[in-house]
Amino acid sequence: MSHPIDSNIIGHFGPYGGRFVPEALIAALDELTLAHEIALKDPEFQSELAELHRSYTGRPSIITEVPRFAQHAGGARILLKREDLNHTGSHKINNVLGQALLTKRMGKKRIIAETGAGQHGVASATAAALMGLECVVYMGEEDTRRQSLNVARMKLLGAEVIPVTQGSKTLKDAINEAMRDWVTNVETTHYLLGTVAGPHPFPTMVRDFHRIIGIEARQQCLELMGRLPDVILACVGGGSNAIGIFHPFLDDADVRLVGLEAGGSGIETGLHAATISGGSPGVLHGTRSYVLQDKNGQTIESHSISAGLDYPGVGPEHAYLHDIGRAEYRSITDAQAMEAFALLCKTEGIIPAIESAHALAGAMEIGKELGSEAVLLVNLSGRGDKDVQTAAEYFGIPLS
Amino acid sequence: MSTRLDALFLKARAENRALLIGYLPAGFPTQQGCIDALTAMVEGGVDAIEIGFPYSDPVMDGPIIQAAADTSLRNGTGAKEVFATLEAVAKLAPTVVMTYWNPIEKYGVTPFLAQLKAVGGSGVITPDLTIEESAAWITASSEFDTNRIYVVAPSTGMERLRRVSEATTGFIYAASLMGVTGTRTSVSSSARELVGRVREVSDLPVAVGLGVSTPEQAHEVAQYADGVIVGSAFIRLLQDSSSPEVGLEKVRELARELSKGLIRN
Repeated sequence: MSHPIDSNIIGHFGPYGGRFVPEALIAALDELTLAHEIALKDPEFQSELAELHRSYTGRPSIITEVPRFAQHAGGARILLKREDLNHTGSHKINNVLGQALLTKRMGKKRIIAETGAGQHGVASATAAALMGLECVVYMGEEDTRRQSLNVARMKLLGAEVIPVTQGSKTLKDAINEAMRDWVTNVETTHYLLGTVAGPHPFPTMVRDFHRIIGIEARQQCLELMGRLPDVILACVGGGSNAIGIFHPFLDDADVRLVGLEAGGSGIETGLHAATISGGSPGVLHGTRSYVLQDKNGQTIESHSISAGLDYPGVGPEHAYLHDIGRAEYRSITDAQAMEAFALLCKTEGIIPAIESAHALAGAMEIGKELGSEAVLLVNLSGRGDKDVQTAAEYFGIPLS
Repeated sequence: MSTRLDALFLKARAENRALLIGYLPAGFPTQQGCIDALTAMVEGGVDAIEIGFPYSDPVMDGPIIQAAADTSLRNGTGAKEVFATLEAVAKLAPTVVMTYWNPIEKYGVTPFLAQLKAVGGSGVITPDLTIEESAAWITASSEFDTNRIYVVAPSTGMERLRRVSEATTGFIYAASLMGVTGTRTSVSSSARELVGRVREVSDLPVAVGLGVSTPEQAHEVAQYADGVIVGSAFIRLLQDSSSPEVGLEKVRELARELSKGLIRN
């Protein structure tokens, strides 16, 4: 690695992670790091969060076995971790409730958030309503049009939604604008970042709030089968649901961890969001990781049918897990994801988020590779209600 | 071991005045138009030049510089064009490059510094490079005798100010307020306070940027800082002018007006 790092500084994953931010944000990042470290060890914080998850989120999320779907995956045994059944419809709520509690602890009254598909924005607006915080959500203008229903949801929940008209008008630019707001209002405002990217402590903190997925799943697998799964699969945009389910299994060397990136029209076409499979190491949004970039280090726009995976960066811990070979990353094209999406609907009566359909497509691929003896655990990170319009257009179902 | 910029700050200190530092992104409004505008600035009285490396995700910049960087990127500006601009203007005045970190990382730290040095650059301002991530940068920039300029903010605590100052050479860039670049109706009082705190921990020159756009503001800042950095105000003149010639004349005129107020009372 041509850039040695100061190993005394926390927040690194091998050569990745760290902090690449304006000096103005350092004090707030230090404050947040400390608040998170204290909360991790504070039984009162942990029990408050656990109670919210029990009585508000609806945790633990269940495991569903999907034998009819599995017939199309080489006959392997396939289990779904049902994060789609959480309140607000995805795993995002795990992180949002944790950070909202931290916001209150830090004495801040205002949260800002970025959103692509709108899932993290909706979850943030929900937590803000629950805890009496002011909430501003930055969303690319292009995405506000694609996801108008989620814009309305956020407004109903009392949030202000600011369409971002800069740059490519998508998630990456929404993050830029949120960071500018944060630099300006950092004294009163917490930036509730929605994924395991960004400057330290976000990759670590957001991961810690999502580890509950893997902790539950590990115990549920042992109870159900008396053994761990052979493979765990999850979609990877920024990578929060994937790291949440992977992390508690890192020491289980026999469990394969597979992240499925958005291959868009195919990596060879250049129109994709497969950052690890098709990008290179660089710095974006405050962290060093894999980035889709050109020869001058300018970020390249990503492409995916799934707005939630449509991001040209990825969490630094995934970059590290890839480099050391502990996790593997594959890409799934739009077409593969939509085939898996339709299949789960028709064989199991579950409409998945298109993001999660990438993980399902990965299960179809790996199930065929491993055959009927294998046990695959798929993180079904979100439900597909938000994607009905996109899917209807894709499959040519007329909307009256 | 010192750069032309170091020498210039020493001279200004002896003359009891602040330096005027003018900023433009390379490639804005065009490759040649940028060189012409920086030349006009120097003719008007700008002492040192700051060339921006346009970047796709400039989180420290407000709408004016974002729009200028967009224009520049659409013009195809990359490292080659930044260095060509630097080469053209460094003979007129000491010049530094301001860049977000990823373009340097992509180019390679050592190649970047070697090329900067080869075309006459004095230093590099790195607004999103924290001292924690600077080990390689500090070693290499020392080898190339290039000024390593960090930005500090009103929220930077004393202990950290001391550490950032120790990593800095050339001058310390004091962000006048908590926010992004752009013109403001007044210079925040936090600027004077911040410069005062830097003085407690460092003898390096301190230049104030963010929100300085008028001769009155420049005069006010010159009373307590060693340098006054103006960017968005020049960009706006170039954006709003009816023709490139008119724009250049307005830029020259603003530089002239700004430079009048730099002597300390």
